[in-house]
Amino acid sequence: MAKAKHLDIDTLIDNPKTKVVVCCGSGGVGKTTTSAALALRAAERGRTTVVLTIDPARRLAQSLGLEELGNVPKRVEIAGFEPAGELWAMMLDMRRTFDDMIIAHSEPGRADELLASPFYQTVSTSFSGTQEYMAMEKLGQLVADGEWDLIIVDTPPSRSALDFLDAPNRLSSVLDSRLIKLLTSPARASGWGVRKAFTAGLAMATKAISTVIGGQLLTDASAFMQAFNSTAGGFKERATKTAELLRSPGTSFLVVAAPEPDALREASYFVERLSDESMPLQGLVANRTHPVLADLPATKALAAAESLDKDGNGPLAAAVLRLHADRLALDQREQRLLARFTRAHPGVPVVGVPALPSDVSDIAGLRVIGERLSGNGTAR
Amino acid sequence: MTTPLGDSGWTKELRRARLHFVTGKGGTGKTTVAASLGLALASGGRRVLLVEVEGRQGIAQLFDTEPMPYGERHLVSAPDGGELCALHIDAEAALLEYFEMFYNLGFAGRTLRRMGAIEFATTLAPGLRDVLLTGKIKECVSRRESDGRHTYDHVVVDSPPTGRVVKFLDVTRALSDITKSGPIRGQAEGVVKLLHSPETAVHLVTLLEEMPIRETLEAIDELAKAKLRPGAVLINRVRPPRLPSRSVSAAADGRVNTSRVRSGLEAAGLELAPDVLDGLVAETVEHAIRIAAERAAMEQLGEANQPRIEIPDITEGVDVASLYEIADLLVEKGVR
Repeated sequence: MAKAKHLDIDTLIDNPKTKVVVCCGSGGVGKTTTSAALALRAAERGRTTVVLTIDPARRLAQSLGLEELGNVPKRVEIAGFEPAGELWAMMLDMRRTFDDMIIAHSEPGRADELLASPFYQTVSTSFSGTQEYMAMEKLGQLVADGEWDLIIVDTPPSRSALDFLDAPNRLSSVLDSRLIKLLTSPARASGWGVRKAFTAGLAMATKAISTVIGGQLLTDASAFMQAFNSTAGGFKERATKTAELLRSPGTSFLVVAAPEPDALREASYFVERLSDESMPLQGLVANRTHPVLADLPATKALAAAESLDKDGNGPLAAAVLRLHADRLALDQREQRLLARFTRAHPGVPVVGVPALPSDVSDIAGLRVIGERLSGNGTAR
Repeated sequence: MTTPLGDSGWTKELRRARLHFVTGKGGTGKTTVAASLGLALASGGRRVLLVEVEGRQGIAQLFDTEPMPYGERHLVSAPDGGELCALHIDAEAALLEYFEMFYNLGFAGRTLRRMGAIEFATTLAPGLRDVLLTGKIKECVSRRESDGRHTYDHVVVDSPPTGRVVKFLDVTRALSDITKSGPIRGQAEGVVKLLHSPETAVHLVTLLEEMPIRETLEAIDELAKAKLRPGAVLINRVRPPRLPSRSVSAAADGRVNTSRVRSGLEAAGLELAPDVLDGLVAETVEHAIRIAAERAAMEQLGEANQPRIEIPDITEGVDVASLYEIADLLVEKGVR
């Protein structure tokens, strides 16, 4: 089987040049827990660290002392937790980040008008891509604050890991779109360089669109965009700035994937995309693996279990043998899937993180995951 | 081995449904279950349409076929003479279809698409996208052949994940995004009626883990509030408990009777080195912790009082053949 390079997490988080670590991956692979465990480990190894989580499980949030959305980092202070560095944590509040962005960047008096716009209510709550955009916005703020020497970022739980890169652009291109102007006043569409023959058809088409989504919505949208772009410099510029941040030398990407076909396929897409965009990929965290802990072949274990069953004694031993055979099969499957990934991406370092049998609910659990991330302390 | 909390089979009420939405948290295997349910419903000579709405070509990947265009096509044959068809709905294509139908745009429609105007419209009015998707689904459900029979006996939709599904189905609310009149509006009112009728069921795929269970319970709640019908809870990847149930809680606390394990192994002719024995015990403890957590999860699921179906784990990984296995099992549990 293809042998992957080992992903050395400690070297990454100990390096003072590492400023931002972005944990990406499709939904349900354990990104948030991985981010929190990384941040805890970095703090215990002496760095002043903040972790930006997006939508943590309740128990995970509690284990970091986060009871509610705060939208500003809070220092993790728990009895008996005395890291060499500092650990700060926050949960992203999408709406508040958006409000803050508007307030911070518009002239006094103008902000209220923007916040009250009915169109803003839609953009800030139900646009696809807003969460991704705001996660990036918040990251930009944390970097600008300069109070932390390491920022670990969790990414929103999207179907595809790529959404995280694409959504901010998609959102900003809609919001900056000249189409709004076109649709609100098609007469002035000449700026589009539309050939004359099209113009009549175009007018009809724009009429069709405004018939469907409603003239009021378009008017609201147009008013909002004019006000916003004139004060905050436009969504596009901001999105471009965050994209630059992601390309800067202090930023590293980790792709988190469960050893499952879907998650690894998404991870593959993401790896290819990062290299296309020349964004620095550190490696793949193969999360929740099930390495076997006892060196005993499945055939032998199953034969012994059967002979025990036949004689009707040793039900406990027979159960132990069977669950070991199950685990071997699972381990083989996971290794096969990871080997397939490595064949496709031989240059990508990988670290396997053996699954904890239960969900993380405290600092100790996060610490164990941190040890496993660094390749130490695995049960084998 | 049916525990009081376990499998309840496919109920009479579920059999009235012709439109099946399949949702679940990311990573729970919703596409696999949707495809298997489609095969199960198609078996015995029926015709079923499997619909995908999120543009990620999960069906094509699962069945190992070419990416699907926007159009219905034969996917595979189902057991005993059935047929499973597939449709990948693209909201933008659906919107263009409307424009073509009602405004006769022709060339200008395509120009609009090239300019990104169609994407723009569907993004600007998020509700519009959902109305278009559910509108197309409704059209498939109600379509009839010239002999008056439904074109599809059932339609199964690989739906958005639990976090977004209620918004997706709550067409009434989405309508606030679009104008008060016009053809899309008119059709949407028919969609609302269908989605809230006994012909529609929203099934939830879950694993026996904390987060998926919590999201499932929340979704059931939200569905009920939106007056939509939660259907079956499909518990995916159920692994067999190997330990005798009386040993589980002690083992989960780390108490495994090592000497009893050793003597049992010796009786079977296995003399193992101490580290191998320790490894086996450690695996046993992990197994027991997981089983105990799964039991707790199952009990929590019991609160919801929805029909439950267990789908066993396929260790080798899911391929097309295993979809038929799961389908057979669903048929055995009464799916039709």
